[in-house]
Amino acid sequence: MIFAVKDGNFGYNKRQILHNINFSVEKGEIMSVLGPNGVGKTTLLKCMMGFLKWNRGRTYIDDAPIETIAPKKLWQKIAYVPQAKGAVFGYSALDMVILGRSAHIGTFKQPRKEDIAIARQAMDDIGILHLQDKLCTQMSGGELQMVLIARALTVFPEMLVLDEPESNLDFRNQLIILDTIKNLSKERNISAIVNTHYPEHALQLSHKALMLNRDGTSFYGTAAEIINEDNMRKSFQVNVHIDKFERNNDTYRSVIPLSLA
Amino acid sequence: MDKTNDINLPIAAVLIILPILIALICLGIGRYSLAIEEVITVLLEGIKASLLRGFNASSAQDMAYVVVFNVRLPRILLAILVGAGLACSGAAFQGLFTNPLATPDTLGVASGASFGAVLAMMFDANLIVIQIMALIFGLIACLITYNISKIKGKSSIVMVVLAGMVVSAMFQALVSLLKYVADPLDKLPSITYWLMGSMSSATYKTLFLGGPFIIVGIVLIFALRWRLNILSLNEDEVKSMGMNIKFMRLVIILSASLITASCVSMCGQVGWVGLLIPHIARMLLGSNNKTVVPISISLGAAFMLIMDTFARSATAAEIPLSILTAIIGAPFFIILLRKTGGAWS
Repeated sequence: MIFAVKDGNFGYNKRQILHNINFSVEKGEIMSVLGPNGVGKTTLLKCMMGFLKWNRGRTYIDDAPIETIAPKKLWQKIAYVPQAKGAVFGYSALDMVILGRSAHIGTFKQPRKEDIAIARQAMDDIGILHLQDKLCTQMSGGELQMVLIARALTVFPEMLVLDEPESNLDFRNQLIILDTIKNLSKERNISAIVNTHYPEHALQLSHKALMLNRDGTSFYGTAAEIINEDNMRKSFQVNVHIDKFERNNDTYRSVIPLSLA
Repeated sequence: MDKTNDINLPIAAVLIILPILIALICLGIGRYSLAIEEVITVLLEGIKASLLRGFNASSAQDMAYVVVFNVRLPRILLAILVGAGLACSGAAFQGLFTNPLATPDTLGVASGASFGAVLAMMFDANLIVIQIMALIFGLIACLITYNISKIKGKSSIVMVVLAGMVVSAMFQALVSLLKYVADPLDKLPSITYWLMGSMSSATYKTLFLGGPFIIVGIVLIFALRWRLNILSLNEDEVKSMGMNIKFMRLVIILSASLITASCVSMCGQVGWVGLLIPHIARMLLGSNNKTVVPISISLGAAFMLIMDTFARSATAAEIPLSILTAIIGAPFFIILLRKTGGAWS
């Protein structure tokens, strides 16, 4: 599946937020969306999935405009993982994951045994089956985020859309989330579009990067190419130093903020 | 409660038998008291007789027949319908608004429906017109609350409760206005008494007119109970599950408002049931609406049966229902809150 946005423009009233956004994500590819606070990262996700309407431009899946695809079909191809904020009702983790099967369950019907089995499998796949009886209201942010990823996987999507999945998490939980996304891409060819606040995560995780600027313009290309000191200064107004080092035959990059630009 | 619970056969049996058993006991309570065996005999005889169309029993049984069938049964049936209905619509509103405090009362639906009903009563309208007016104004109240509380597509728990309070206050003021202009000798006492809530006006005719609306609402919400879980997520999440959110919301709002309006027009404003019962249901078997809705229906019916029996038989004069549900409901709810620390689990 190729997911592409061509000439995406969006703004409220006269304030232009997104200007001529272009990108495409192919099977198994991961794209990070970067940019300062309030620049429109979440708005971009909403527009490209059709929750908000582009003022101009379109989203395509395999060359078909997204609005021509029936909702049920569309949401079996892509799955949305919202940011894990505190849950209001104490559904158990398993109940929460089963909700992902919605499109496969008749309107007036209840989940069947196979839906429950699929939900369990999805939880097992990302190593959180032990959480199945825990209440969402009693989970840590990291646990709830993993539950939401499992829920997205129950539709066997070809692409995941994640909104700041590793924000507000500690080091270990960040790594768990990033590794999970990476593994899904490697082992199951599931592509992903990830909003993130961390350029380092984008470098570690993604093949491509889209960096949004305050003036509505954007940088788009391979992650290593786009996330450079120059672009970081332009987009975030911060002078950074990007360091590269090797450990256990893997290359890592660190992005260190030096001063305000 | 850290388990994924489901309603298995024994629990389902308890949920069905509990209200029936309480109904049988309540049928025997009153100035002419009957033991439960007598009640069952009278009921069976009565049903047999109405099937055979020829009833010739002794005078003692005659008296029992009149008390059970003509006086108490319509009232008992109404209590079952209203209790089950209000608890069920409470559970539905709570899921829909992602808000453990949303009920027909807190959203202003009940006040709106009251206003509609009183307005119709002022013009001596029949029960069907009262019902329709109650439904229309109940829906209007619900929509106003919903739109006030929604800011940038999201409505926070606090905003829903505040908006509901405002809307409720507005419609209560309008009801007061109607009472102010109502004929103080004829209309005013009946409106005032009706507003406090009473099942005493129950007849088979009112049941036939109002009952079907409540039953349709309950059946729809019961059938959509699992979907309520999805509706309680945020709007984008719901859309991303391929669900037609607008349509589903409309069906739930219509069903829950239909129940509320119908209950209000038959027995006035009876508070607390829609808040108290779904919470007890959550505490029993967890928050999954798959279990919350059926438990609410059963416990709501049982609760209202007990309340109404108390209302009609505790003292010589009848105690208004809303006073009873509040006096018993409020402290009970405080105890529940203190025990769970307000965790809606």
